[in-house]
Amino acid sequence: QDEDSGTEVGEGADEWAQSKATVRPPDQLELTDAELKEEFTRILTANNPHAPQNIVRYSFKEGTYKFIGVVNQLAVHFSQVGNLIPKDSDEGRRQHYRDELAAGSQESAKVVISETEILEEEEEPKESEAEAETEAGSQTDMPAAEAAEKVNEEELMTPKQPKEQKLTNQFNFSERASQTINNPLRDRECQMEPPPRTNFSATANQWEIYDAYVEELEKQEKTKEKEKTKTPVAKKMGKMAMRKMASMESQSDDITKVTQAAKIVERMVNQNTFDDVAQDFKYYEDAADEYRDQEGTLLPLWKFQNDKAKRLAVTALCWNPKYNDLFAVGHGSYDFMKQSRGMLLLYSMKNPSFPEYVFSSESGIMCLDMHVDHPYLVVVGHYDGNVAIYNLKKPHSQPAFRSSAKSGKHTDPVWQVKWQKDDMDNNLNFFSVSSDGRIVSWTLLKSELVHTDVIKLKVEGSTTDGLDGLQLHTVGCGTAFDFHKEIDYMFLVGTEEGKIYKCSKSYSSKFLDTYDAHNMAVDAVSWNPYHTKVFMSCSSDWTVKIWDHTIKTPMFIYDLNSAVGDVAWAPYSSTVFAAVTTNGKTHVFDLSINKYEAICNQPVVAKKKNKITHVQFNPIHPIIIVGDDRGHVTCLKLSPNLRKMPKEKKGQEVQKGPAVEIAKLDKLLNLVREVKTKT
Amino acid sequence: AEVEETLKRIQSHKGVIGTMVVNAEGIPIRTTLDNSTTVQYAGLLHQLTMKARSTVRDIDPQNDLTFLRIRSKKHEIMVAPGNVAFHLVFKASSP
Repeated sequence: QDEDSGTEVGEGADEWAQSKATVRPPDQLELTDAELKEEFTRILTANNPHAPQNIVRYSFKEGTYKFIGVVNQLAVHFSQVGNLIPKDSDEGRRQHYRDELAAGSQESAKVVISETEILEEEEEPKESEAEAETEAGSQTDMPAAEAAEKVNEEELMTPKQPKEQKLTNQFNFSERASQTINNPLRDRECQMEPPPRTNFSATANQWEIYDAYVEELEKQEKTKEKEKTKTPVAKKMGKMAMRKMASMESQSDDITKVTQAAKIVERMVNQNTFDDVAQDFKYYEDAADEYRDQEGTLLPLWKFQNDKAKRLAVTALCWNPKYNDLFAVGHGSYDFMKQSRGMLLLYSMKNPSFPEYVFSSESGIMCLDMHVDHPYLVVVGHYDGNVAIYNLKKPHSQPAFRSSAKSGKHTDPVWQVKWQKDDMDNNLNFFSVSSDGRIVSWTLLKSELVHTDVIKLKVEGSTTDGLDGLQLHTVGCGTAFDFHKEIDYMFLVGTEEGKIYKCSKSYSSKFLDTYDAHNMAVDAVSWNPYHTKVFMSCSSDWTVKIWDHTIKTPMFIYDLNSAVGDVAWAPYSSTVFAAVTTNGKTHVFDLSINKYEAICNQPVVAKKKNKITHVQFNPIHPIIIVGDDRGHVTCLKLSPNLRKMPKEKKGQEVQKGPAVEIAKLDKLLNLVREVKTKT
Repeated sequence: AEVEETLKRIQSHKGVIGTMVVNAEGIPIRTTLDNSTTVQYAGLLHQLTMKARSTVRDIDPQNDLTFLRIRSKKHEIMVAPGNVAFHLVFKASSP
């Protein structure tokens, strides 16, 4: 605005000289009228323009940088340090005093000597002061003056009367000290025997840690058990016995601890020798079966034999229900004339060269059975009519329990024994059948075998009048029996006369049903594992017959050209079964494939005179064991054709299970029945 | 006892050259081979068995070594470890 007015004035002055046109400089700010009239206020403040406006200091209390509110606005333009000191300050007084001393030296010195208050002080400071006075040098005065200040400040307050001050001698300093007698030191030592040390090193593996934990757990469990069983005394005795056993074990020879390892090694060695057989067992499937239409073969795997049982025929075979590689072989003799001892051997497929367990008995073993729930209990029936139970857990060679003439043994050879379910008091019991015509139920009460006659087999229609009007019944001789899988009380008995009786455990005198089965003695009867109505029988009259127990005539009859020793149903199919004959052949039938002929017909034993006596299917693996009368047991693998499952229709899932099996067999039976009703 | 019989049977098995029983410290208790061979085998195989067992158990502590087979060109060595002792069979390799 000022500029504007300035230019206007200037312009106005030149107006009369020039034209009225106003000349604006080219870079003059263009403002509107309103803006031109705007008033601007200007303020004078005392702020220091050089002072920074934004000083920031770190605040430790808050831990952040903070603005300082007030900034020092002081601007120093000129400063000079002067050298004037105030009169009343210490330094000022000193100077004044100095000046006075210098002015009147002698007079003041005398006054000082006479007026000195401190008389007891040493003469030395006095002397020094005197010296100081005579010298009248400012240097000595200074220390004097200072010393005087230190000693007596009050005197200095009267500067006009300089006094004699006491001086501490800074040059002749003497120190006074005293020392007490040092006690003589004596060393006392005591040394003990060092504690025995051993070096300990161990690795901390994962399994060592795990082992430690497991041990702890076991200890805890043991203490818990001990607490629980503290009250019953009998158990305590048991524990004592156990402890004794434990200590005995630790005393026994090192060599016995190797049993386990030795067993494993033996099996390993056997595995090497029989390596190809083991491989076959597991993996070999006969590929040729595809081309063989519907027949199958039996592949021989292992052969089990033992020197001790060489002369004895295999009279019984049984697979262990729990351990699928363990089976029991009973040895005895079928020959009526030559009766000798018997043997019970248990083999494992893992070790074909030697049995796992060996038991020998005086009389030949005719039959055996293994308990389903207690797979270590084996019951055997002897040729002399005795029955015995062997406990595999205890390695005695004697049976655990034995019947005797007193306890009601049979008077004729026992042909078959079978375990039953535990009775109501949880006692073990089993049945036995013998040619003396009695079917006996034995119960194991506490350690004795107690027998109960269940049925006496009578030959119907053959009561003869004996002496004294007694009615003698000719006793039928039972040779085989089998219990129904589901209906517990029902069972079948085969006799020497060729008849099969269906009996019940509850009725001791009457049979439920009689079948005229064979012309010669019935060697084996067996219920079908799936179908509840079907059973099978075989006999020395060369035939195998399949029955429906509701119908009196057999459904199927097979003639095998030689006395049939044994039949067995396959556990995996309701239509497959195997039969063995005395000419050394094994026949396998599958009713769903071929109703009239065997699908496999194979000689299994080496020499022709070797009769096969028994056959058993393994519950899990596709193998069968066959025993002959030379004491050998041969293990054979079933080829795939023999184990055919029903073909799945396209799109449908394969149904497995007993229902299917039953249905399969039913179909066949219906066919047969239809045929029969027609004829 | 039974163990003796088993050992005898193993020794008489076809192809078996020698058997050895070694205790937990690695000292052979029973052997059918000569002394120097026995000592050598016992020492070497003891360590190997321990190592093998340690490996198996490290991987899964609930597992344990059942047996160990070492097949070489000339022979096959079979070791069955036990808690207290281990058992060694020395067999000719099948051709």
